[in-house]
Amino acid sequence: MDPDAEPFIKVQSVSKFFGDFTAVDSVDLEIYKGELFSLLGGSGCGKTTLLRMLAGFENPSTGNIFIDGVNMNDVPPYERPVNMMFQSYALFPHMTVENNVAYGLKRDGMGASDITRKVEEVLDMVELTRFRKRKPHQLSGGQRQRVALARALVKQPKVLLLDEPLGALDKRLRETAQFELMNLQDRLGITFVVVTHDQEEAMTLSTRIAIMDNGRFMQIGTPTEIYEFPKSRLVANFIGNANMFEGRIIENGQDHVIVESKEVDCKFYIDHGLSIQEGSKVWIALRPEKITISKQAPASQSSNTLKGMVQGIGYLGGHSTYRVQVADKLIEITSPNNNRPKDGNPPIDWDEEVHLSWEASSSVVLSS
Amino acid sequence: MNAVTETIEPSETAQHTLGHRLGYLLQTNWKRLIILVPFLWLLVFFLAPFFIVMKISVAEAVIASPPFTPMLDWAEEGVMQIRLVFDNFAYLWEDALYVNTYLNSILIAGVSTILCLLLGYPMAYAIVRSSNTTKHILLLLVILPFWTSFLLRVYAWMGLLADQGTINNLLIALGIIDQPIQMLYTTFAVYVGIIYTYVPFMILPLYANMEKLDWELLEAAADLGAKPMTTFFTITLPMTTPGIIAGALLVFIPATGEYVIPDLLGGGNVLMIGRILYNEFNANVDWPVASAVAIALLIVLVVPMMLYQHFQSKADSS
Repeated sequence: MDPDAEPFIKVQSVSKFFGDFTAVDSVDLEIYKGELFSLLGGSGCGKTTLLRMLAGFENPSTGNIFIDGVNMNDVPPYERPVNMMFQSYALFPHMTVENNVAYGLKRDGMGASDITRKVEEVLDMVELTRFRKRKPHQLSGGQRQRVALARALVKQPKVLLLDEPLGALDKRLRETAQFELMNLQDRLGITFVVVTHDQEEAMTLSTRIAIMDNGRFMQIGTPTEIYEFPKSRLVANFIGNANMFEGRIIENGQDHVIVESKEVDCKFYIDHGLSIQEGSKVWIALRPEKITISKQAPASQSSNTLKGMVQGIGYLGGHSTYRVQVADKLIEITSPNNNRPKDGNPPIDWDEEVHLSWEASSSVVLSS
Repeated sequence: MNAVTETIEPSETAQHTLGHRLGYLLQTNWKRLIILVPFLWLLVFFLAPFFIVMKISVAEAVIASPPFTPMLDWAEEGVMQIRLVFDNFAYLWEDALYVNTYLNSILIAGVSTILCLLLGYPMAYAIVRSSNTTKHILLLLVILPFWTSFLLRVYAWMGLLADQGTINNLLIALGIIDQPIQMLYTTFAVYVGIIYTYVPFMILPLYANMEKLDWELLEAAADLGAKPMTTFFTITLPMTTPGIIAGALLVFIPATGEYVIPDLLGGGNVLMIGRILYNEFNANVDWPVASAVAIALLIVLVVPMMLYQHFQSKADSS
């Protein structure tokens, strides 16, 4: 991303109130041209309200929204350079696929022959040419989703807003549709803003993700940043799973930090400095796949190791998940099944004592 | 096997199977049995009278009781004779009074339907779009007039529209007019009465239809660049057409045959088929002509409806 680039969408301290309820709470956001930006959060977190404000269906109670440098506050939806793909698709049931797609072009006053050509092009792109004479109720869910996409894309908007674009599809279809969506975005270079509650979907699709809760952004960053360096326990728990340990900083050096957790009687050695005061209360987040599980004790046992009892094993083919009891805590570990059981050591079994260990770079220190 | 069958008493088998069969019949056919009740009701109280009216319409008027000739007659030597006289229908066609009255009834009912639609559509729309509590209050207000007698309400309109009525008195008191305007016993009064009475029948089906409308479709239209007016004509109107048709039929059909409103508010000045029907039956005691008037009205109303249904089902299947 060009660091000097002007943001294409600028949300400036925007709030939205519905009566006493604050749906969006004074948020700031900058989205750049060509991004595939996701708003991720649970239901009622304000992500859809924010999207609807971008589309113009709701007006901000306070604050400003700029798209391509123009303040959108008094611009009605039908004059905004954005198009939306609705969660329900909102296809016009009394019109054929062809007429649904042509609807927006007709509103622009485009000539009939141009409309026909453009509709053909876009239907070809989403592979629906065969179905152009059908009505929406004669299509499958996946086909309807593609009509909705075609209808929004044919207008060549500056920004495409997508509200849970894959939410109504079944799992298998969703995976292919995800990649189709990414390819399309890449090819057309249109800025996509996606609302989703599915963290996996957000991780796969997005260039950047904003995690929302209670109308505020918890963290904005690339999928890697958010997964590897969550800023709070909420974010760490929302994206993927994390084992959480409460502790206190007992040593804060130039190039390392040591956190002691009384909960599991363990010292966490972290191989970089932190700007948190010594003695303050922190939490350690440790991803299940960063922990090594073994029946042999590791060489050094002074820090970054735990000893516990296997309470559960879930065999998932490609990998297994283990639940290990350490003091009062159940710790989750996922481990790839690289070796066939008969090749190596006897496999770990229930109620066995195991050793857990992890790299000094694996733990993330969270202050909130 | 044979020995076992023989030991069972024949009567026992019969009882068993009869009870069993009845239970089975109830279990499998209960839907049909439930439908049978309203079906019989319609057969006895609608279809049978209809055939009687049809029979009278092809008889001749006589001074007797009942005042028409029987359909079946004993001619000489035990030969039964069916007498069907279509003169009554020919008479309706030949006398300009009847044709004009039919046309006038259709005109008044048609114009009333359109005015009801223009009035009821925005009302239904406003009701559907209002908040839940307001919605229920507004719906109650639409239905509220039905809680008082229809006749009473029409009389109330007479009081309002009369030369010495509330409206004229008010206008004179305010100095806007110095002579009362004649409103009662005019076509205007009939329109007021019909629209007032039938507007709920337009609002309720429209409300039911709009309640199911997906409002996101309107947002989608706006998103695709349609201004509010365009959205209305390209999305809202086509999506609510079934409600419009249902409402229009519920207003148009009873309004065409309306008797009380033209009689009380129109006086002798507004000719509508309901009044003709009443006069033929009671004043002229010409039951056959009156029945012919009723049958002809039915045909006038049913034929366009059937044509509509035919094209509608054709349009749906394509």
